[in-house]
Amino acid sequence: MPDLRELYQEVILDHYKRPRNFHKLDHANRQADGFNPLCGDKVSVYVQVEDGVVRDAGFIGTGCAISTASASMMTESLKGKTEAEVEKLFKRFHDLVTGQLPPDADLAELGKLAVFAGVREYPVRVKCASLAWHTMHAALEGSKETVATE
Amino acid sequence: MKSISEVLAPGIREKTPSFDVQRIRRDFPILGQSVHGKPLVYLDNAATTQKPQTVIDALIGFYTTDCSNIHRGVHLLSERATKAYEDTRIKVKRFINAPSEREVIFVRGTTEAINLVAQSYGRTHVAAGDEVLISAMEHHSNIVPWQMLCEEKNARLRIVPMNDRGEFLMEEYEKLLGPRTRIVAVTQVSNALGTVNPVHQIVKLAHEHGVPVLIDGAQAIQHMRIDVQELGCDFYVFSGHKMYGPTGIGVLYGKERLLEAMPPYQGGGDMITSVTFEKTIFTKLPHKFEAGTPNIAAGIGLGAAVDYLEAAGFENIVAHEHDVLAYGTEVLSSLAGVTIIGTAKEKTSVLSFVVNGIHPHDVGTILDQEGIAIRTGHHCAQPVMDFFKIPATARASLGMYNTREEIDALAAGIRKVTEVFN
Repeated sequence: MPDLRELYQEVILDHYKRPRNFHKLDHANRQADGFNPLCGDKVSVYVQVEDGVVRDAGFIGTGCAISTASASMMTESLKGKTEAEVEKLFKRFHDLVTGQLPPDADLAELGKLAVFAGVREYPVRVKCASLAWHTMHAALEGSKETVATE
Repeated sequence: MKSISEVLAPGIREKTPSFDVQRIRRDFPILGQSVHGKPLVYLDNAATTQKPQTVIDALIGFYTTDCSNIHRGVHLLSERATKAYEDTRIKVKRFINAPSEREVIFVRGTTEAINLVAQSYGRTHVAAGDEVLISAMEHHSNIVPWQMLCEEKNARLRIVPMNDRGEFLMEEYEKLLGPRTRIVAVTQVSNALGTVNPVHQIVKLAHEHGVPVLIDGAQAIQHMRIDVQELGCDFYVFSGHKMYGPTGIGVLYGKERLLEAMPPYQGGGDMITSVTFEKTIFTKLPHKFEAGTPNIAAGIGLGAAVDYLEAAGFENIVAHEHDVLAYGTEVLSSLAGVTIIGTAKEKTSVLSFVVNGIHPHDVGTILDQEGIAIRTGHHCAQPVMDFFKIPATARASLGMYNTREEIDALAAGIRKVTEVFN
């Protein structure tokens, strides 16, 4: 039986209760909306990209602890990365929460995001963890359609 | 709002002698299992109920000994299958006290029944500028089919509001009933809130205006005795799987006079008298609305579910479920940070709640780890969530086999949720 503390780590609860970059970004030049119709989670992600580098990121919305913390920590991890680095990180994060990372994978490049490893034990919660990331990905691609996780 | 002691009639707190919930539980094999190492506490009955062994046996029995198509074979197996399937129609007719089995139409479930009425009755009776009246607490399945109809016909969908306890506002309903109202479609019990609506009064007022009424009985049929003649409603719809029967079978009851005048919903086999390439003569009720091979096994299983409910007895079911609901309301209200959503005076079997600062989805995950199955989300009633300005709720919903001990387990689970978050 998976341990609940593996899922609800202190750092996740902290980002849920006090989400970082939890605001619209007036100077954003990329933006997209995400929606999980299954649980009603909604997120809007704002990104400011200059010369191919993410300068700033923010989000607003409502969601569970996993989706809110994921959005909060994502915005922190994006700043200063090139778009290519962001896409690579997204792939890595996605593999982490879906349990597709090889057992000997080095989690160092995920940094703090490694706390989401517990999500892989809860398949129905993967969408909560990945909603903000899919939305951010759509923002970078300039997609105008709301990202739905269904 | 009445206090719990006022709600509970004297004596109800004592176990009803003829209703032994432990004996009932033994009839449901699924309830004996463990989930994540804890005994299963199944509190998601408004989504679907579990099935007693007799229903499971009926399904296995059909496929083991009687499997064949109905209404056409001259061979013995087909004769047995047809009889078993049609016996269910007679059982359902008695169960809801319909005047005739011609008025009992088998469909896939409540959703299909509502779509049938909207498409068949609705498209022939609703025109541009007309109005369809529903309530603010409908399930999406009693919103979307009418919305589609109104869009097609350029008609208007009007909504009877509710108050902040989740109660139907009768005065507003009276005001909305007008010369352009063509049909009223209202749920008897709200799936998201548990409110029991005053359907007698709703039907009476509509009939004073000459307007027919469809009652969505999906959340009522398993909790109280339904008598469609006494209700006087024109259509009554429900699903088998929420009344301890199989999925894939449901019932549309309609008054014969209305059904006779309605065009078929779908065309195909089993609903015709004769077919040529020039013209098809449709068959009589109820088969006119039953195109194609139905879910025969589920239909037979539904008959076993009706038998089970009749044997358990609604007097017992109502008293027992009322006791567990009242106990659950008392226990959940006493938990710090828990707010019950839906506090109507007349309620049945649903405890929708939110935990302060904790999203329902997280509540659901943690309770699941304790072996407790509840529903979290908008319960296919997004307008209800919007009304209460919440994205979602956690919902514990009761069946006849739930106990006070399971409410205690739920309360302990919710305490665990708040521990994890604090």
